[in-house]
Amino acid sequence: MRSFYFIVSALMVMGLAFWAYQENYATQQVLRNVSQIQRDIGHQREELAVLKAEWAYLNRPERLRDLAEINFDRLGLLPFLPEQFGRVDQISFPAEEDLLFELSNPVDVVGSLEAIEP
Amino acid sequence: MSIRTPLRPLARVLSARSKGENPDTIERENLRLRHEEMRDSSRLRAEGRLLVLGLCFVSAFVVVGLKMGQVSATVPEEPRAEASGTPILAQRADIVDRNGRILATNRVTNSLYAQPQEMIDPVHAAQELARIFPDLDQDRLIRDFTGKRKFLWIKKKIAPEQQQAVHDIGEPGLLFGPREERLYPNGKLAAHILGGTKFGREGVMSAEIVGQSGIEKARDSYLSDPSNGDKPLQLSIDLTVQSTVREVLYGGMRMLDAKGAAAVMMDAQTGEIVAMVSLPDFDPNSRPTFAGQKDGENPRFNRAVQGVYELGSTFKIFAAAQAMEIGIATPDTLIEAKPPFRWGKYTIGEFEGHNYGPMLSLNDMIVKSSNVATAHVAQQIGVERQQSFLKSLGFFEATPVELSEAPSAKPLLPPHWSELSTLTIGFGHGLSASPLHLATAYASLLNGGTRVEPTLIKRTGFTPKGPRVVREEVSTASRSMLRQVVSNPAGTASFAEVPGYHVGGKTGTANKPKPTGGYYDDRNINTFASIFPAENPKYVLIVTMDEASDTSGPKPRRTAGWTAVPVAAEVIRRTAPLLGLRPEIESSAQAALTLTASR
Repeated sequence: MRSFYFIVSALMVMGLAFWAYQENYATQQVLRNVSQIQRDIGHQREELAVLKAEWAYLNRPERLRDLAEINFDRLGLLPFLPEQFGRVDQISFPAEEDLLFELSNPVDVVGSLEAIEP
Repeated sequence: MSIRTPLRPLARVLSARSKGENPDTIERENLRLRHEEMRDSSRLRAEGRLLVLGLCFVSAFVVVGLKMGQVSATVPEEPRAEASGTPILAQRADIVDRNGRILATNRVTNSLYAQPQEMIDPVHAAQELARIFPDLDQDRLIRDFTGKRKFLWIKKKIAPEQQQAVHDIGEPGLLFGPREERLYPNGKLAAHILGGTKFGREGVMSAEIVGQSGIEKARDSYLSDPSNGDKPLQLSIDLTVQSTVREVLYGGMRMLDAKGAAAVMMDAQTGEIVAMVSLPDFDPNSRPTFAGQKDGENPRFNRAVQGVYELGSTFKIFAAAQAMEIGIATPDTLIEAKPPFRWGKYTIGEFEGHNYGPMLSLNDMIVKSSNVATAHVAQQIGVERQQSFLKSLGFFEATPVELSEAPSAKPLLPPHWSELSTLTIGFGHGLSASPLHLATAYASLLNGGTRVEPTLIKRTGFTPKGPRVVREEVSTASRSMLRQVVSNPAGTASFAEVPGYHVGGKTGTANKPKPTGGYYDDRNINTFASIFPAENPKYVLIVTMDEASDTSGPKPRRTAGWTAVPVAAEVIRRTAPLLGLRPEIESSAQAALTLTASR
């Protein structure tokens, strides 16, 4: 009986040693991965900072103003002026009644919509 | 294990008895021998145990000692297993505007240095370097490379293309060191606020960036603190508004042929500076060096903060407000206004010899900008009370704004504050202050009468009101007077009328002092101090122009009404919508109703 315990404990020690050996190598591999990832993160952050700076540079108000002037024909952008403020009650309601009248019959919906659109 | 010897062996006992001896001695002898044997074996066992224990201790100490030796001998290493991962932080925190748009950030770049002893072909390297960098002197480089020097800096910062070109020389003695560079993507936009940076202590692998002026210097400790690397410094500046103010001011300066101009736009309630421009300006990415110019011509000179000028008639509202505050006048009180006003051998007259007399109400004194009437009011106020009032508005101290230049920009006060000083300071002569001082004082006086502190840092959350400067009614009455300066067609600032925004303000035209003493006749500092909307003040705008003149008429007009006022009006027309102010249709009845309700 005693020798049985000896053999079992010896096998356990061997098994644990094997497990520890494997864990050691797995840990080292993970640490290598982590440091690689951290290097990547560092590069990405650096890149992000450059992109942010570039974004700020390309969106500087002076350049946007020049671009708006160059592309005035296509965009028609003007500086924001007080006259451009409006009130909600200055906007006319859509012609609701007519539309309802036209669409009163569900069967007519498709045809009527096409008729409304010029 | 030996066979146990009996204590009384029968054979020996019998033989001893036959000899007549005492058999007990045999027993005692055997007992003694047995005890000796037992003692020997137990001592041996105890000694063995001690030895094992001692070995255990020795090996434990050896292990601990070895580990300590290893720890002390190894290179320090960051804990790699940390899950969060230490971010690669920038050396210096960013600066952003009030909406989070970048004003200053960092860029990774390289410096170029040489180790001549490593060089293979120094002459070729020098020739190529001089070709890549035209500002380098080829002969000097050859001298340096072939001389005794072991190390020299060639360029502090180089662009990636230049780095590639230097790589292509293929010279092993030319080396690069990583550098972080401060970058201002908006160029000149907020040059005076941001200031600039330079390299502090320099090594091959890194260099320290330190603030050189502006907020970069004033807030250097915050910006260079590594724990703030990902927490940008948020300013109260609005990038869009700042850009618009600069554009309009620059256009105005060019059109009016002015030497310089400055504008400050401040939140009237909190003292946050939304825009601050000083022209001419510079690009903080390549700060110009100070080449012995006078302050007024140096582009690095911040006119809005450092420029102390006599701000002229913009001061009259302080006299009027104080008169109402201490109860010596109401807006309708009539004041003597017949020029000239004589004080000793001095006479005070009106602008261009006008005569608004014989009597003017306090209200009309402001609307028509009467020097004589203001002098009468200031005389009634007296020296002491005027001093304490101007002190409470901040005219005795440098502004506490977060710029490295601010503490040195102290207002110029008269050395002997006589009654004559009081009279002239009443209409803004004899006391020089910066446009920022004026903005602070206008905001404090007109926001309901509580003192504000100018700041460039965005305020978050509730801002407690400062100490009271004047009563709320006085503040309201002052705003109404300033509104009439603009809304009354006869007012000096009628050009400032911007439909929908109820601008109120006061013009100021002061002759520039000659360096030799006295004043120039044809060189003015024109100031327009305004507030909008006048009923519910949100923003204070100060526009100052140096030697501006409007030449559209038959003769050049140099008053603020023709120069600073139209520029300020355009600034308000363009920026008020950007600040989210909705234009209102003015209705005096409605305003009166709101006033009654709020009392």
